[in-house]
Amino acid sequence: MSKLLRNALTMLVLMTVITGIIYPLAVTGLAQTLFPSQANGSLIVKDGKPVGSMLIGQSFDDPKYFWGRPSSTTPQPNNGMSSNGSNLGPTNPALTDAVKQRIGALRAADPGNMKPVPVDLVTASASGLDPEISPAAADYQVARVAKARGMSESQVQTMVNMSTTGRQFGFLGESRVNVLKLNLALDGH
Amino acid sequence: MTTFDISQIVLYLTVLLVLIKPVGSYMALAFADTPNSVNRVGGKVERLLYRLAGVHADDQMSWKRYAIAMLVFNLLGALAVYVLQRTQQWLPANPQHFGALTPDLAMNTAISFITNTNWQAYGGENTMSYLTQMLGLAVQNFLSAATGMAVLLAVIRGFTRRSANSVGNFWVDMTRSTLYVLVPFSLLIALLLTSQGVVQNFKPYVNVPVVQTTTYANPVMDAAGNPVKDASGNPETKTAQLTTQTLPMGPAASQVAIKMLGTNGGGFFNANSAHPYENPTPFSNFVEMLAIFLIPGGLCYTFGSMVGDRRQGWAILATMLLIFVPLAYAAIGAEQVGNPALHGLAVDQQASALQAGGNMEGKETRFGIAASGLFATITTAASCGAVNSMHDSMTPLGGLVPMWLIQLGEVIFGGVGSGLYGMLAFAVVAVFIAGLMVGRTPEYLGKKIEAHEMKMASLAVLVPCVLVVICTAIAVMTPAGVASVGNPGAHSFSEILYAVSSASNNNGSAFGGLSANTPFWNILLGMCMYLSRFLLAIAMLAMAGSLAAKRHVPPSAGTLPTHTPLFVTLLACVVIVVGALTFLPALALGPIAEFLMSVR
Repeated sequence: MSKLLRNALTMLVLMTVITGIIYPLAVTGLAQTLFPSQANGSLIVKDGKPVGSMLIGQSFDDPKYFWGRPSSTTPQPNNGMSSNGSNLGPTNPALTDAVKQRIGALRAADPGNMKPVPVDLVTASASGLDPEISPAAADYQVARVAKARGMSESQVQTMVNMSTTGRQFGFLGESRVNVLKLNLALDGH
Repeated sequence: MTTFDISQIVLYLTVLLVLIKPVGSYMALAFADTPNSVNRVGGKVERLLYRLAGVHADDQMSWKRYAIAMLVFNLLGALAVYVLQRTQQWLPANPQHFGALTPDLAMNTAISFITNTNWQAYGGENTMSYLTQMLGLAVQNFLSAATGMAVLLAVIRGFTRRSANSVGNFWVDMTRSTLYVLVPFSLLIALLLTSQGVVQNFKPYVNVPVVQTTTYANPVMDAAGNPVKDASGNPETKTAQLTTQTLPMGPAASQVAIKMLGTNGGGFFNANSAHPYENPTPFSNFVEMLAIFLIPGGLCYTFGSMVGDRRQGWAILATMLLIFVPLAYAAIGAEQVGNPALHGLAVDQQASALQAGGNMEGKETRFGIAASGLFATITTAASCGAVNSMHDSMTPLGGLVPMWLIQLGEVIFGGVGSGLYGMLAFAVVAVFIAGLMVGRTPEYLGKKIEAHEMKMASLAVLVPCVLVVICTAIAVMTPAGVASVGNPGAHSFSEILYAVSSASNNNGSAFGGLSANTPFWNILLGMCMYLSRFLLAIAMLAMAGSLAAKRHVPPSAGTLPTHTPLFVTLLACVVIVVGALTFLPALALGPIAEFLMSVR
């Protein structure tokens, strides 16, 4: 029995060194050398200071900005310290209420626009940090943003297109628009 | 179902099938005792480890010694993870200064990670220090997967050895699985993931000013930290300004790689593979999905190689695909239809060139419907349990698929090693049933299947079923169990059934609306995870021991060939019948009832 314990304990320590220290440090070393920007959070740096991440969504509710996916993190939306979805079931009345309220907010910011709202703009993302919306959801907002900024719709559409990524390699995932990148570009216009 | 949805299933399966043979034959070399190209490179390290640990590599163990070594090794692992979680506040690599976890949560998490379940009752980014994640959780991601592979190797030796009283050496099997398979594959996957944007650093979290200041309703807390309620019982809130955002950091890529490859599934962050820092692009998502099935799929080929008849491995793989493909189709199809509850509202759920459409609640834009539904099916067919969408928000039928896949016993690819040995238990049951039909003693892979093997196979098949049924009943009859549900109606029962199924089959995904971090749930699910994992492994090792002791029976005219489409169909039927008979009544009360109510 004592031999077994010695085997087990030493093996655990050795394996911890290999898989818990050498392996993650090797990955860190390689990642920091080969892909430093990605490994450090794909930060957007302005004047030497990080102003956000390409991968983490922020909250917008001003008509002059494009709005991102609704976020169910608590206590504040898009809380990087507590990623989560709403976990509301499909038949939960709270889900229907939340969607109604989001449609109401979008319409209040854009009076007269009675088009049906693309589903991703009124449903909470899985992480609560989704940085992107569908091109349909961007389309829905172009007229509002253009009006609020005194720009032409085609100008805004051009900027939307610059922040749009197609399916990766043409066949993986979905086309999408990075909301933070787009809004920063609009502000810098 | 759009053509794009179908193309994603086809693409995924094509790439997977191309990889099965190279990965499977590589693993066959890695596990072999004879000198070859793999152990020529790593043999020096391997022998050094044995010398330091006092292990004699040629010491052949009986099944009992093998089982005891496995149990002791895993118990020590659990202890290490427990102690790390309880003392992390005094240890280094804790830049956010997280405190100790409660004893029941630390116990639950320790069991969760040694059993390859990776059920998570905590949120990674606000609970675990970098040190705990690295030295505790990630290490067990490797070692629980290696344990699964070791037990599988012992079971395979039960079939290949003749009149033997041993099934191999646990330390050797575990070391080779880690050193030659898990570590190099993880390294490659981790780098692919980082290239896409998965973070890998030891920096403190980054604070950034937000572009637009917004306001939000902040719950008011009393001095003790409990939410204050107003006269009507609703939590009181105060409007607060949101001016900064905290971006979490950490060594995520190294951990995410093994969490997928080892079918562990424990996320570095709370949102798991839905988190943009854990799964940033469609390509990273594809890599993660491939990593889940890579070893369980490859092991089918390795198994065929080791028993000297590759057709046996392909037959098992075909059985898994026969069940997997229709279920993947069903899950994606159900999600693409969208949520009927939103039909009356001004919401566009139609798929088009500009949007994925469908039920997007709890899904990420970059994955849409196809990559979310496929991921959900893969992660629950295998005992991975990582999620890239919130299963709790899936449509009733879309959510039924992952739940039922878990309940089938995690044998459709299943866990690393454990999926295949679970499927071999079903194969033994299948040849037994076939034997009953024609009145002959059943054989499998040249070994007679007799009373002892049948008892052990039945045990392996029934333990998770019994745990799910009984513990679900306990949870719904206990106020502490019911108090944790997060949704009303039939869906609340689904949350409980899913949680117990997930723990009792070592999957680890959840209908996350259930608040599982309570002493009741931590203890109940901790027990389910432990019993299921180790009772099954011990039963299979016992079967291996008695099989190894038997003589080889050459196939005769009356032997049922086990590589034919007939056997594949029979095996698939056995898996489905056991899963359907046991769980249909429970599923009728949860997802099926919810579906019927949603379309009325």
